[in-house]
Amino acid sequence: MSEPLLEVKNLRVAYPSAHGYSDALRGISFALGREKLGIVGESGSGKSTAGRAVMRLLPPKARVTADAMQLSGVDLLNASERKMRDIRGGRIAMVLQDPRYALNPLKTVESQIVESCRIHTRASRSEARDRALAMLEDVRIRDPQRVARLYPHELSGGMGQRVMIAMMLIPSPELVIADEPTSALDVTVRGQILDILNERVEAQGAGLIFISHDLPLVGDFCDRVLVMYGGQVMEELAAHELARATHPYTRALNASLPPLDRRVEELIVPEHDPEWLSERRA
Amino acid sequence: MTAPSLEIVNLSVAFGSDRARVQAVDNAGFRVAPGESFGIIGESGSGKSTILRAISGLNDEYDGSVLIDGRAAPRPRNKAFFKNVQMVFQDPYSSLHPRRMIRATLMEPLEIHRFDRRDERIAQALSDVGLAPEFAYRYPHQLSGGQRQRVAVARALLLEPRIMLLDEPTSALDVSVQAGVLNLLNTLRLSRGLTYVMVSHDLRVIAHMCSRIAVMTQGRIVEELSADDLRSQNAEQDYTRELITASRVALAAE
Repeated sequence: MSEPLLEVKNLRVAYPSAHGYSDALRGISFALGREKLGIVGESGSGKSTAGRAVMRLLPPKARVTADAMQLSGVDLLNASERKMRDIRGGRIAMVLQDPRYALNPLKTVESQIVESCRIHTRASRSEARDRALAMLEDVRIRDPQRVARLYPHELSGGMGQRVMIAMMLIPSPELVIADEPTSALDVTVRGQILDILNERVEAQGAGLIFISHDLPLVGDFCDRVLVMYGGQVMEELAAHELARATHPYTRALNASLPPLDRRVEELIVPEHDPEWLSERRA
Repeated sequence: MTAPSLEIVNLSVAFGSDRARVQAVDNAGFRVAPGESFGIIGESGSGKSTILRAISGLNDEYDGSVLIDGRAAPRPRNKAFFKNVQMVFQDPYSSLHPRRMIRATLMEPLEIHRFDRRDERIAQALSDVGLAPEFAYRYPHQLSGGQRQRVAVARALLLEPRIMLLDEPTSALDVSVQAGVLNLLNTLRLSRGLTYVMVSHDLRVIAHMCSRIAVMTQGRIVEELSADDLRSQNAEQDYTRELITASRVALAAE
């Protein structure tokens, strides 16, 4: 593989608690090229923490350490806050779960996309506006002129998520982190949004980290998958091999889904082996 | 078909008036036999939860009728109705009172309905849903999502109802936890002969839990089919087929 876009080595995150520090991430390592990397796991597995740590968006009380955390040559761990402001939104973009909370309710669609464009590029106001409209068209919004004037509450969930993708991708980031981007959407809209996300990320040649709890979805959409549990990576594998995973945790998660193709009397409830929590040496 | 345990006939619910009027449920009807598990599936805004809220009487401004054992449910609903029909809500984080101990939450229906042997019943209900009796002395924030949903199921079971209305009972839970709660609901239904009406947007869950399924879109029930039809994608309506395809995570791209 050529020079990776993002390289993370032994990333650890801990929060202060009543008994010293408690670990949220316990040494995860991965490298990402211009590809789609899925991170799956249950709530509390640390998958969102990993995404936020890369953007340095964790609260100040979190203790973040790593042997390396580099975005094509930039040391994300020790970058100044000033520098991070350029990187966040500019070189790394984040698509969040629910557009109803992630968009500014008091600003129109256009002004939010234009703002994102002007902060991170040198575009003039009119240039930014043209690009915003073009971007809305790229995310398959049929009537960009009309939608540009709407406020977030006037958008449906799928429409809002397209606007968020437009806003996040307009500065042409190198890395896009999508944290459960389709969990708040209906199944019939989900496919379209994934299509659009896929198309835009590929068109711009960016890398994508796709964080989700939905195994079949990640298996279908991503190239590679990290399966997380208890703040550690249990297994890393090619996405199309997810159904044939070898790690007992991944297998248990797969088995606990109600199957669509046949009838079963009882679902298999995963047993969590305490062994999985013990720390592994990288 | 045996006499239905629950039947809704020409049920319509509208919100707002004049131009802002929204027809949330439009002439819906179905019958559920005793001991049967009936599912309603559809996207958000299709009216599936509105039907459950109309049946339970949380919203009794509806047209048409809700029949329990062939008799119209009273409006407003009375105590006898709730003795028979109980509901479990989607989000166990908001359906339990955050500042009351689980014991107090479970005690309330028993007091309202003047049941005897209350502590005994609470211990039994907790053990029925697979929780230790000590859980009675905890607060909701001390429980995990799956444990909270078990408490919500225990609360619904305390009055020994015959009909349970389940509104997305596992959509706030992880898949691994979901498996446990679904197994529990199935076991309870079989051992007590309960009748379920379950609403979900998740085709997998509905196909696993229900024998017959109504598909809703824009307030109307467009199709009723069996779980086997659903699995073999044997649907008549385009909308149902679209829903099935989408749920099979077939990505159009590549």
